[in-house]
Amino acid sequence: MNLAFGFVAVLLVTVSTLVIGTWGLRLSRTTSDFFVASRSVRPGLNASAISGEYLSGASFLGIAGLLVTFGAEMLWYPVGWTAGYLVLLVLVAAPLRRSGAYTLPDFAEARLDSRTVRTVASVMVVAIGWLYVMPQLQGAGVAMRLATGLPGWTGGLLVAVVVLLNVLAGGMRSITFVQAFQYWLKLFALSLPLVFLVIVWLGDGGRSPADPSLFVGGESGSAWADPVDFAGDHPLYSTYSLMVATFLGTMGLPHVVVRFYTNPDGKAARQTTVAVLGLLGLFYVLPPVYAALGRLYAPDLVGTSGADGVVLELPSRMIGAVGGDLLTALLTAGAFAAFLATSSGLTIAVAGVISQDVMSKKLEGVTAFRISAVVAVVVPLVLSFLARDVAVATVVGLAFAMAAATFCPLLVLGIWWRGLTDAGALAGLLVGGALTGVVVIDNLLTDREGGWIGSVLAQPAACTVPLAFATMVIVSKLTQHRLSAHTSRFMVRLHTPETVKLDRG
Amino acid sequence: MSQPPDRPPARVRVTSPYAERPRSRPRRTAISEIDAQSEVGRIYFGTLLRAQLRLAASTLVALVLTIGMLPMLFTLVPSLTSKQLLGMPVSWGMLAFGCYPVLVFLAWRYVRLAERNERAFARVVDRS
Repeated sequence: MNLAFGFVAVLLVTVSTLVIGTWGLRLSRTTSDFFVASRSVRPGLNASAISGEYLSGASFLGIAGLLVTFGAEMLWYPVGWTAGYLVLLVLVAAPLRRSGAYTLPDFAEARLDSRTVRTVASVMVVAIGWLYVMPQLQGAGVAMRLATGLPGWTGGLLVAVVVLLNVLAGGMRSITFVQAFQYWLKLFALSLPLVFLVIVWLGDGGRSPADPSLFVGGESGSAWADPVDFAGDHPLYSTYSLMVATFLGTMGLPHVVVRFYTNPDGKAARQTTVAVLGLLGLFYVLPPVYAALGRLYAPDLVGTSGADGVVLELPSRMIGAVGGDLLTALLTAGAFAAFLATSSGLTIAVAGVISQDVMSKKLEGVTAFRISAVVAVVVPLVLSFLARDVAVATVVGLAFAMAAATFCPLLVLGIWWRGLTDAGALAGLLVGGALTGVVVIDNLLTDREGGWIGSVLAQPAACTVPLAFATMVIVSKLTQHRLSAHTSRFMVRLHTPETVKLDRG
Repeated sequence: MSQPPDRPPARVRVTSPYAERPRSRPRRTAISEIDAQSEVGRIYFGTLLRAQLRLAASTLVALVLTIGMLPMLFTLVPSLTSKQLLGMPVSWGMLAFGCYPVLVFLAWRYVRLAERNERAFARVVDRS
């Protein structure tokens, strides 16, 4: 494989990201521009940006990597990541936009009138953000090694530096344009090579990857293509637990939530979400095809740490020569776009929270935001060098489980139930956060065990999410005297269309 | 009925209902009722909230009954996995490609109905 092509591809994505970011800089003037693009982004552009930001390295490389190793049950990841947007649309999108808050902690404080809940929510935003950025930087290392031959840490470092430059320069406004561009780049980079790969596969006789006589990594093709053959002893539990985590976790991801504040109003927030669902569906039909081809053409990667690179490997193995190198370069560009987009979005979200809750009293808005952005990037970069090598999509899955057990109950009960009190929210956040935290640490340090304990530790959401919901409801019921006085007016504000001239507090 | 004849019944002033000046109390609109968080205002707002909650719940039930039932369906109907379509099991194809149109349709339907609920609320509140 010609490494020069890969190098040029990474360079092109980096430069174009910085150029579009600088173009945004000329439009960024105020603190509001930095945080939420002054809330003036149209649904079409915003949907591209949200999808561009959401389709991380876990989607571009990780899904195909998991699919090729573990088989069809991993299809639940992309389905769940898309269905999560439907749940978000139905329960959260418009009310969250109408709440008028910048970040998740802002929402918690506005709804519950409590500084303590705000602080706990801030800590959780930072924890989820770092848990999500870390695997992006690790994935960038894998892609960098495959595409240019440079050592893995350079990939993470490059992504960290570019993200930082962009965020420091333009904040949310420039990120919106960058991310919209990166969605279309990712879709193009994944779909064009696939056309050639499928033609080659048909030319080779079009053997089925689900052939029972095709054994890869000790598993027959038919077992690999069986969607209920989940790893672990309790496949049905694992499948449903993964569905709970992804369906309910999406709404609690800090970078997803921040993007909703950039819509002009609640109606636009809904229209944006529908467009996002379409764009995600368009993208997610592609990785399974890569995985199926990987089963035939890259069987040696199955079950190894190189499985995350299967998307990048296929063109050189199936086509080779200059054509294969060019397609690999295109895929590398797409992968870097994925790492950059998601890391940028999370950095904005985490930096927003740090600057508002730790620094803003001492420093002027934009300066505080810039210092926070440095902190928000450097910590996960250091973590990515220290942590055990875990599959990108697995760690991302844990970030979803964490969001589902903390912010999902807070948002759903806060928006739809008048009776949620600050004490209830606090108890629920702590229960959900602590339980998932233990599971995350267990996963990062040790390998999974068998039996019920192993299944629950690998996919905790089906246990932790109901517990967090129950804690919030029960403690709230016991502390109804603490209901904040402005709750009713806040509920009116969340649910009534902006066109009706009501007193919104 | 033993009223003395020298005490006639008390006089009552009779006027046309239109002749009197309008009462000094301001007219109460739905918006002012909601702003004042009166019982009436709570009913106006509660109607919207319940309609939106019902719609959200019905959409989520539809999600659970379609995509949420797939693992059960694949477990109970093994022929979906043993039958192949273009070289891959039918169940694999349903999961890899079939879910997304369902999700987009549910989202599109939800937005249409949610906006209709809001328009109905705005009409009622603005008219009264």
